[in-house]
Amino acid sequence: MIVLDGVTKRFVARGGDEVAALEDVSLEVGANEFVCLVGPSGCGKSTLLRLVAGLLAPSRGTVTIDGSVVAEPRADTGIVFQAPTLLPWATVLDNVLFPVDMMGRLDAAARARARDLLELVGLAGFEGKYPRELSGGMQQRAGICRALVHDPTTLLMDEPFGALDALTREELTIEVMRIWTERPKTILFVTHSIPEAVLLADRVVVLSARPGRIAEIVKVELPRPRDFDMEARHEFQSATHRIRELIFGGRRARTA
Amino acid sequence: MLALWELACRLFAIPAYLVPRPTAIFADTAALAGPVAIHTLATTKTVLLGFATSLIVSLPLAVLLTASPLIANSIYPLLVLTQSIPKVALAPILVVIFGSNELPRVVVTFLVAFFPLVLSIVAGITAVPPELIELGRACRASRWRELWRIRLPYAVPFVFSGLKAAITLSVVGAVVGEFVNADQGLGYLIVTSTAFFKVPLAWGALLLLSLLGIVLFQAVVIVEQVFFPWSVSADKPTL
Repeated sequence: MIVLDGVTKRFVARGGDEVAALEDVSLEVGANEFVCLVGPSGCGKSTLLRLVAGLLAPSRGTVTIDGSVVAEPRADTGIVFQAPTLLPWATVLDNVLFPVDMMGRLDAAARARARDLLELVGLAGFEGKYPRELSGGMQQRAGICRALVHDPTTLLMDEPFGALDALTREELTIEVMRIWTERPKTILFVTHSIPEAVLLADRVVVLSARPGRIAEIVKVELPRPRDFDMEARHEFQSATHRIRELIFGGRRARTA
Repeated sequence: MLALWELACRLFAIPAYLVPRPTAIFADTAALAGPVAIHTLATTKTVLLGFATSLIVSLPLAVLLTASPLIANSIYPLLVLTQSIPKVALAPILVVIFGSNELPRVVVTFLVAFFPLVLSIVAGITAVPPELIELGRACRASRWRELWRIRLPYAVPFVFSGLKAAITLSVVGAVVGEFVNADQGLGYLIVTSTAFFKVPLAWGALLLLSLLGIVLFQAVVIVEQVFFPWSVSADKPTL
């Protein structure tokens, strides 16, 4: 379980002024819950994710995972970035094994796990290939395997499909849901696609812009397993409508 | 091209001291094949020693330069200073300091060749995408491991573009060194043969020097292709 309690994060801007990226954010994410973060650009979604990852420290407030304060990156957290950022000099298998290797836990069990994961995402047979031989979608699949190889309980995904084309994006969205069903974990998923967020999440956290605050948490009532055909359903419509209202509400009122 | 050169020399009766005919160059050089081979070997030795020194010095220097802005700010002006000194002017002074032997020539070669190498390695180490650094941190890698497992491998394509510049500059540096003080080498051969008006031989040495440059450059290319095949096709961010 991830708990953010009164978290504020300020950065020092170039001029020396302090800029608040997140202001007084409190959020609880239950074990094995799938939560998406959406909001306009500059609302601090990625900052929030990096705070949970332990890559940044909050200016005020605390982030805890399973009761212990996150002060540095934890071994039970996996992270997927927008770009696959695979190491160009390493094979797909070595890329997936990179986190366990860095943690000094590279053994036969880890290798077996990596091969299992690659099979799970449909990359069996590509272990010995180099990243440049893979398509963007395949690279990101390998990136997901890399985030899962040390069997984390928390998976953080920072716009993982942002750089992919629309079709690959839908495919991978379904894929992530399948992985999550087969190997439940707590997932915090940043995206700026509202339909993607609604389809994936148990709850969608909507953030407001500068400084980022939680505008509302929208619960998605769609039954699982889900697929893209559900976009027509009324639960889907009402959730996306509510999120759009929260994000664009003010702006629309002004132009109307 | 050689045929055209030969033809032009004969047609327009260009005197050999201006532009000798290729056949004359070949004949005069081949007549002294033994000594010329020794001269070529001597120059190759100087080039390789200077080139190796450049690599050995540049790598840790580049790592040091990227370690902190404070170190970078104190070392960079010194580096630029070494580059602003004309090497031809420095060479005789180096001979006085190090004596009349191989060392001043290697030092001149090193001084000519190392700077672009340092710059490209620094560019490589700092061009690592921030996500890769975050990945390293998320895997709780130490700074040393980050350097060794992420930054330096990432810099390999940059190192090789620096090495390609350095190897050609090493040939230039070695010849500069030989002009000032040497008892053998292709640069020495050019100086002595022109002094005795053996112009075709000087041209032969010149052609051998460019051949040496091409061969060494290709050797670097082959080393990259064989040991770092991923580096050859890697997307290099524009510098």
